[in-house]
Amino acid sequence: MRAFTYERATSPAAAAKAAAGTRGAKFIAGGTNLLDLMKLQIETPSHVIDVNGLKLDTIEAAPEGGLRIGALVRNTALAADERVRRDYGVLSRALLAGASGQLRNRATTAGNLLQRTRCPYFYDTAQPCNKREPGSGCSALGGFSRQLGIIGTSDACIATHPSDMAVAMRALDATIETVKPDASTRTMPIAELHRAPGSTPHLETTLAPGELITAVTLPRPAGGTQIYRKVRDRASYAFALVSVAAIIQRDGSGQVALGGIAPKPWRVEAAEAELPRGGKAAAAALLNGARPTRENAFKLMLAERTLGAVLSEARA
Amino acid sequence: MPDPGEIELNRRALMVAAGACAALPAMGANARSQPAPVGTPVLADVSFSVNGQQHALAIDTRTTLLDALREHLHLTGTKKGCDHGQCGACTVIVDGQRINSCLTLAIMHQSASVTTIEGLGTADNLHPMQAAFVKHDGFQCGYCTPGQICSGVAMLDEIKAGIPSHVTADLTTAAAVSEAEIRERMSGNICRCGAYSNIVEAMTEVAGRQG
Amino acid sequence: MKFDTPATQNPIDRQTVVGQPRDRVDGPLKVSGTARYAYEQHDVVPNQAYGYVLGAAIAKGRVSSIDLKSAKAAAGVLAVVTAKEAGKLGKGKRNTAKLLGGPEIDHYHQAIALVVAETFEQARAAASLIRVDYATGRGSFDLEAAKDRATKPPDEDSSPTDTSVGDFSGAFAKAPVTLDQTYTTPDQSHAMMEPHASLAAWEGEKLTVWTSNQMVDWGVTDLAQTLGIPKSNVRLVSPFIGGGFGGKLFLRADVLLAALGARAAKRPVKVALQRPLMINNTTHRPATIQRIRVGATKDGKITAIGHESWSGDLPDGGPEVAVQQTRLLYAGANRMTAMRLAVLDLPEGNAMRAPGEAPGLMALEIAMDEMAEKLGIDPIAFRALNDTQVDPEKPKRPFSMRRLDECFKVGADRFGWSRRSARPAQSRDGRWLVGIGAAAAFRNNLVMKSAAWVRLDANGIVTVETDMTDIGTGSYTIIAQTAAEMLGVGLDKVVVRLGDSTFPVSAGSGGQWGGNSSTAGVYAACIKLREAVAQKLGINSTEAEFADGEVRAGNRNMPLAQAAASGPLVGEDILEYGNLDKTHQQSTFGAHFVEVGVDVATAETRIRRMLAVCSAGRILNPKTARSQVIGAMTMGAGAALMEELAVDSRRGFFVNHDLASYEVPVHADIPHQEVIFLDETDPMSSPMKAKGVGELGICGVGSAVANAIYNATGIRVRDYPITLDKLLERMPDAA
Repeated sequence: MRAFTYERATSPAAAAKAAAGTRGAKFIAGGTNLLDLMKLQIETPSHVIDVNGLKLDTIEAAPEGGLRIGALVRNTALAADERVRRDYGVLSRALLAGASGQLRNRATTAGNLLQRTRCPYFYDTAQPCNKREPGSGCSALGGFSRQLGIIGTSDACIATHPSDMAVAMRALDATIETVKPDASTRTMPIAELHRAPGSTPHLETTLAPGELITAVTLPRPAGGTQIYRKVRDRASYAFALVSVAAIIQRDGSGQVALGGIAPKPWRVEAAEAELPRGGKAAAAALLNGARPTRENAFKLMLAERTLGAVLSEARA
Repeated sequence: MPDPGEIELNRRALMVAAGACAALPAMGANARSQPAPVGTPVLADVSFSVNGQQHALAIDTRTTLLDALREHLHLTGTKKGCDHGQCGACTVIVDGQRINSCLTLAIMHQSASVTTIEGLGTADNLHPMQAAFVKHDGFQCGYCTPGQICSGVAMLDEIKAGIPSHVTADLTTAAAVSEAEIRERMSGNICRCGAYSNIVEAMTEVAGRQG
Repeated sequence: MKFDTPATQNPIDRQTVVGQPRDRVDGPLKVSGTARYAYEQHDVVPNQAYGYVLGAAIAKGRVSSIDLKSAKAAAGVLAVVTAKEAGKLGKGKRNTAKLLGGPEIDHYHQAIALVVAETFEQARAAASLIRVDYATGRGSFDLEAAKDRATKPPDEDSSPTDTSVGDFSGAFAKAPVTLDQTYTTPDQSHAMMEPHASLAAWEGEKLTVWTSNQMVDWGVTDLAQTLGIPKSNVRLVSPFIGGGFGGKLFLRADVLLAALGARAAKRPVKVALQRPLMINNTTHRPATIQRIRVGATKDGKITAIGHESWSGDLPDGGPEVAVQQTRLLYAGANRMTAMRLAVLDLPEGNAMRAPGEAPGLMALEIAMDEMAEKLGIDPIAFRALNDTQVDPEKPKRPFSMRRLDECFKVGADRFGWSRRSARPAQSRDGRWLVGIGAAAAFRNNLVMKSAAWVRLDANGIVTVETDMTDIGTGSYTIIAQTAAEMLGVGLDKVVVRLGDSTFPVSAGSGGQWGGNSSTAGVYAACIKLREAVAQKLGINSTEAEFADGEVRAGNRNMPLAQAAASGPLVGEDILEYGNLDKTHQQSTFGAHFVEVGVDVATAETRIRRMLAVCSAGRILNPKTARSQVIGAMTMGAGAALMEELAVDSRRGFFVNHDLASYEVPVHADIPHQEVIFLDETDPMSSPMKAKGVGELGICGVGSAVANAIYNATGIRVRDYPITLDKLLERMPDAA
């Protein structure tokens, strides 16, 4: 870890301005992903801006009837919030399926959205990785890729986004609020936050330099049966092989996003028309165009079966 | 967060503290005016209490809370198992919440109240959770043990506070203490010696006594 | 003391302290965080500096250039050590690869440099400034591909490479019912919670290291050998060890580099291997490919049994002895075993908890289930039908004790085996397909000479010192119990000090020999002390009874402490073994029972119940012994369901080299576990009449899980770990 200077931000706009104006600056919130990567020399900020004091840690009713979640709301607090448990069960479940109690106590809403891939080659600085070192190549292609992506990937990168929370938020049509270095704010649908890897897998989000996420807003409760099903080798404290976030209505219609298979929470709105016809049809539409490796081809069947189980459970 | 790919990193420039603020009193003028050796530490002041005792440290900004406890305060009961948030051996209780002390910087905890294993009880005067671990043989090598115990103490408080878990059947009601709840909630504390079955017994007993 | 005839009645048989489920004597230290591990010795020497290890970025080849300039100039750096700076180094005889690589690189993450700095943060930052250029060599990394090039490794005394009795191929060809299957087990990592760590301090020519090592004397010997200094100049201290499982049997890079770093920096230096480096830098359990052939009569008598195993290691390494149990476990007149070793340029393969039997039984005990099914015989009955009370390769050599059948009977009863459906895939509980499985546990009982001294002072305090280690096994406690029993005092009067090379050389902790062997050494020393006490008190030691803090002879009662009134008395001895382990096969036995649920949609397997029944001689402390067994069952569950070092066979390393990606069981994976010990003593093993148990517990667990998965789903997987992707295609329709 290289030496860095440190400041505590005083306002979101000031934080964004400082980040844009300082070479090698990074925000730190929970720190559970950033420090992990800094110790490995994968993230090498020379200036760290601590945003924990920004008072973005409340959950309040949004004017349109949804919930506005501050960027610094910890995963535990968000999962335990009574409104989230009652109206957005899929989000509470997704959060509780992720990481550990200790990590959820620190990890924040915005940090969770921005966490970086768990691809083991990304984590090993002795190995080529286009995400870590653009142009160096992708070691995972042709390597150990059991955990990695099957869709939305590219020839340059097959990493997955590791979040559970973001998968539920994608199914819920959340929107992201940010502040830019010039103090202007904007909102974007969560679908627009993460980029496809293409030939530039090191560019992971559409945020501008210094732009700071300040909140995530959930739309009015969608009702329905809400399920988050995470499939993994060990029973807890593991990343998803496949996960399904689903909001299924009585008529069989619904919203579904998948985790563990793509560089971003994977949702294909057009495929949701197939939901009433069952897991097989919906999965086929969702996973159309998948390009798995030999090692992770099983995820196709796993995703289909998991989705099928979730739909059955929703019907029951 | 700024994307690392869009910001050119300059190793020689890392001491240029454009964003330096009052939190960095230990950083002298010298460090700004001359090229310092690569990696010259940036020191910052932080004070927090550990087990009820106040500590003021001028500490390398890079120092984790874990290393501050172990290497600076010599409170070595908190263990470094992986240093990457993958094992839970470093679990301490900060302002009432259990966290991995390896994945947080000491300087981020100004005015915090930290409880470590040493603050729960001593060998001669064990905390009920510590005593239950001895009674139920909830450990073998002992290296994950302080983390398990700190985690367990805070975990029972989380259940009491109504925080749900992955195995809580109904999100709209509060979970009760059960073996399944303890197992899920303790899964961030790995015990390679495999004392899990005994640890759950110890925690179940303590939870029962707390009523 | 020489142990060369079976033990007769002795003070241990009283079992007033030994054999009782006492709490660990070191428990309060461990639960209060005051047990000091290797990296935590702040008060033993002042001015400690920090070392950080740089590992090789290639698996095989050479360092063509290494630029230390920036690192040396970095803030706080005191020294940088590479092979060049270190000069000529030897190699410990128990190390296969050099601990400090360069310019030749033998495996990925082999240490090539140590940076020593004032602080940990500075050492870590400076290590990242070292620029290394490599000339990458060609290596062999794929066991399956290298299998055909594997050769017969040299015989070892204790374990010949190949064995053969009768006419295996003839009998197998003629057998009416046969099985010929291949099983694979992956590379596995010890993944103990405490990383390898050491603090080294020189005082002139004398070196002291505080470290985390299972075998103190091996460590001293190999460190002296590597540094080229006399053994007498090395002291090694290892009072608490945060898990080992075989990974800390040997001198490792942390010790050597701390010593070299301290010499270069002229200051005490401490080094812990960073977790992401550990898996490739240290040793692992090697992967195996195992072929098992069994031939039997129609009524289930085995007539031919053959077991071959292929594994790989670095040049001059050794095989994983996965056929070991097959030489002893079941009857059969015609038999063969063979091991072949391929050269692989992966990190060094070596011992991990129950080397040989652990992976061997993962294969054999599936094969036994498969064979039972072919025969239409209950799997437990099939095992009983082929029980043997003698070494089947040398029928004149009986087992000292063998109660495998009883383990199965007791376990079957307890677990509800009779409710198991012989036809698989018959039981369902909600979304779970439910099945149960069983497997034999088997592990040889090794005995090792072990020494101790025991001192009695005027306050009646008994102090035991031996270089034995406690890696979580409970050595402190059972040694205290042994001394308390022998001298008739309470545990509160006994002080045990371990893990210091200035103490008598013990058996150390490995191969499940530590508990029995080290307490036997303490027994011998206590006999000496009893004699000294008797002499001092003027009584005949053979008539003296030591009880309740007193020594009784005839109608005389004297406080034990009185014997030391004029000065401490010391008893010192070593317990050495005759050939009872040659005339009799000494092994430990058990039966594992497992119930699993397999998710009907996702094929995730979760363990619902576990039971082990063990026959392992006298159980010195049922509480700590039970912990050993449940811990081993947990590790066995990991081996069955999730543990696998993923080999990148292009680049030659284990890719999942941290605790997030190498998954070991967590709390949620492990149900309540039950352990039953058969009540017994084995007078052939030692005066303690005890045997090992810490490794027995892992042996067979994997196949019990595999057999339960088969019973639940009807899907037979012969390739560990049994992850959902290996089941999915053959799973029934979920709906």
